[in-house]
Amino acid sequence: MHNLFLNPFGELNMFKKIVSISALALALAACESTGDHGMSDGTMAGNMVPGSYEDFCHSCGDRAFFATNSHHLTAEGKATAAKQAEWLAQYNHPSCTIEGHCDPRGTSEYNLGLGERRAESMKKELAKNGVQTGSMSTVSYGKERLAVEGNHEGAWSQNRRAVTVVN
Amino acid sequence: MFYESKMMRNYFCILCAIIATLLGVTVSRAELEINVTRGTIEPMPIAIPTFMTSAADASLGDKISEVITNDLRDCGLFIPVDPGAFIQDPVSLQQGPHFSEWRLIKADSLVVGKVEDAGNGNIRVEFRVFDVVREAQIEGKAFTGTMQEWRRIAHKVADSIYKRIIGDEGYFDTQIVYVSREKHQGEPVERIAIMDQDGANMHYVTAGDSLVLSPRFSPDMRFITFTDFGQSQHAHVYLMNLETRQKMLMGNFPGLTFAPRFSPDGTRLVMSFARGGVTSLYAFDMQTRQIHQLTRDPVIDTSPSYSPDGSKIVFNSDRGGQTHLYVMNANGGNVERISFGQGSYRTPVWSPRGDLIVFTKILAGTFYIGVMRPDGSGERLITSGYLVESPCWCPNGRVILFTREAKRGDPRLYSIDITGYNEREIPTPTSAAHGSWSPLIP
Repeated sequence: MHNLFLNPFGELNMFKKIVSISALALALAACESTGDHGMSDGTMAGNMVPGSYEDFCHSCGDRAFFATNSHHLTAEGKATAAKQAEWLAQYNHPSCTIEGHCDPRGTSEYNLGLGERRAESMKKELAKNGVQTGSMSTVSYGKERLAVEGNHEGAWSQNRRAVTVVN
Repeated sequence: MFYESKMMRNYFCILCAIIATLLGVTVSRAELEINVTRGTIEPMPIAIPTFMTSAADASLGDKISEVITNDLRDCGLFIPVDPGAFIQDPVSLQQGPHFSEWRLIKADSLVVGKVEDAGNGNIRVEFRVFDVVREAQIEGKAFTGTMQEWRRIAHKVADSIYKRIIGDEGYFDTQIVYVSREKHQGEPVERIAIMDQDGANMHYVTAGDSLVLSPRFSPDMRFITFTDFGQSQHAHVYLMNLETRQKMLMGNFPGLTFAPRFSPDGTRLVMSFARGGVTSLYAFDMQTRQIHQLTRDPVIDTSPSYSPDGSKIVFNSDRGGQTHLYVMNANGGNVERISFGQGSYRTPVWSPRGDLIVFTKILAGTFYIGVMRPDGSGERLITSGYLVESPCWCPNGRVILFTREAKRGDPRLYSIDITGYNEREIPTPTSAAHGSWSPLIP
């Protein structure tokens, strides 16, 4: 009994891990669910139509994540942008919309601005990697369209994102 | 003299009592100390017997007395005496109060009223307020309106009682506009709803086919402004005529617009325009349709709010790194930072009295609602939680409306006295956020 109370952190870490894994699964599911641009079966890489939105999601990842209150892309985010730019070039530069989102730990109005700034960071990074500025538009949802519901950092970190949607 | 001062205590006296009994709730963390002050007051006992009714609808007297009773109880400054304790019968009461019998049940004041037919489907509601201790009538008025307007008439009676005893204008004959949030088959549905301040007469004014945020009434209450993502999914500021429900885009901005608020004279909107990673403040003149850029720094400037005389604007900006509150002239000049505490300060709204600015503060993972003077002095936090935001004022500047979201739960509207006293949920049929209080209904 006492051990349970004295050592809660092991359990907490385990809980966090489970949460992160399920959050990641949800994020991938979200990408698949928006993929009405190509074939609906996006579960197996072998079945994907090259050039489809599912292909884009699985080949490069459709989103980059940000630190709290930050609009600076991480090294991982920059790598994602490079892969996205390469993919877009390969498929004749389709137009795309970059959505900026925030976690729910801010105020609605400020977060609309922050989401716009995050979308713009991704747009600039994609432009740096050769994507035509004119083919990209940006929108911000602030904290109004969460990818992952939850009251912990595992969920919040999944919501601080820029999502590239290929039109 | 003693009796007189007891009855005639106005808000100033009550405020003194509040200050004298302020309780400091201190939360200490490493390197920071946060005080949330919660006032307590002793509400005044008031007896409100059922209004005698000779009108066709005999239930009106009960219903009107109930609305008045709820208004006065919910504002926290009155405590209605239990009608079960009343000694004097309602019929003899119409001839005049037996003051000793009301003193016996410890009522400081007494409201006696009646409801009559006034012809053409109208009713006339007459009421008198008595100082039980001094044995004197201190107020007597009558309101006439249609039968359907009985709730508004009841709120007007409550406003008159409040004003006579507290000394400030009442705020019961008002409405609240907010964003209703529901899930339909897993999909979020947001609609703008308008209701009376007590939650009655709720109705939706948008269809729920787009994401909507931050609705606000125009000073004449004929319009609301709000942010609507529309079918394009791009946030834009709109104006809606509440009579025709016609919606008009406010300004042809090549980007996102949001966070609109009316100027006190109702001729302009101040709002945020975001493009290229920069969010700046603009004023939009609704008559000339001219746009004036107010801020130009490469930062996020948002949540603007005019001072009641229209000469200044308070807003939040991250120009200094952390988000803080700034005040500038309404034309954009002379920007001065006013918040200097730890944490992030947001969503400032100027009190209709001009004496205070309410704001949201975020510090170490906790959200607070606080007030400070327009020069930044006298900062006081009045409530806190996992998520509290979008504060605004009731028209007399004594009560704050805000959104509260529990760690596990949906957002709801709450009101709280500026002293931190009497925090209570305002009942809504769905989740509710971004509430905004109307002026007194014209």
